Amino acid sequence: MIAVLVLAAAPVSGYAYLSAETQALQDDEFANPGHLWVDRGAVVWQEAGCPACHATEDALHTSAYPRYDAVTGRLINLEGQINRCRERDGGQAWAWESEPLLAVTAFLANRDLGVAIEPAADPRAAPFLAAGRAFFEQRRGQLDLSCADCHDRHAGARLRGERVSQGQTNGYPAYRLLWGSLASTHRMFRWCNEAVRSEPYLFGSPEYVNLEYFLRHRGRGLTVETPAVRR
Amino acid sequence: MRARVKLPASAKRGELVTVRTLASHPMHTGYGRDMHGALVPRHIIAEFSCRYRGREAFRTRLGPGVAANPFLEFRLRAVGTGPVTFIWRTDRGEELIVERHLEVT
Repeated sequence: MIAVLVLAAAPVSGYAYLSAETQALQDDEFANPGHLWVDRGAVVWQEAGCPACHATEDALHTSAYPRYDAVTGRLINLEGQINRCRERDGGQAWAWESEPLLAVTAFLANRDLGVAIEPAADPRAAPFLAAGRAFFEQRRGQLDLSCADCHDRHAGARLRGERVSQGQTNGYPAYRLLWGSLASTHRMFRWCNEAVRSEPYLFGSPEYVNLEYFLRHRGRGLTVETPAVRR
Repeated sequence: MRARVKLPASAKRGELVTVRTLASHPMHTGYGRDMHGALVPRHIIAEFSCRYRGREAFRTRLGPGVAANPFLEFRLRAVGTGPVTFIWRTDRGEELIVERHLEVT
């Protein structure tokens, strides 16, 4: 039992749970379909006029998102920050899972490829971290399962034909083979919530942003893999 | 529809050159449903071809069983310097054309 707890404590990237073929696809910088979005993001970044404020060489430290946001008094994630910038610029916010939002998010996260995740130490974020942890441990849905039931207690175990991962987010936005598309953490949360037959929360909802923040803490030290390939 | 193409800039005469292509396309089979439960009409890349120095060097037809964002890899014999053209065509007649140049020494 102690060995299991120790194992659960060390973060392991979802990469470790993939088949050798899927790992090879992620590692292949040309064939990894996630790079279609990264390439597109570089173009959208220019077209949307982002470099006017953010010089290309100016790192945005995307691995530090979500972070505490003094304007709303809540957490803000990378997608939220991108849309706030757009609205401030007089543009229209991009819809969740729309191509430009996924593309720019992936483009920015990919610039931090290989950087270890280190959420900013901000005492104002502490209540949201606690809320995210509570969400992770709250049992939900007809199957009455919490995130922790599978992704902490049974990580590495078999679930039908697949292996249960720790549910780390260091590869997101990630290319999901099931969907044939890049996907945000929130789409994954919704999918997971539906899988245990519970009502999913909205894209960008505070519940999911808190969960995202908690998962960043939980995966501290893992390196950014965006765009990762996941089943 | 967008695409990535990987082809060396130059090659020795007679060499076999590996070409890799990755196109972005959802490859809707016609049986899938969207988030609201409505059928998504069939929409696929139906044909891909590659022309090298004005001659067709490779052609293939793709069906609805091909996964989203099709990846294709094939080889060309480097017979001479010239343009290499890649053409993806969907079942609705949309076309994406990417032009490259191969220098043969």
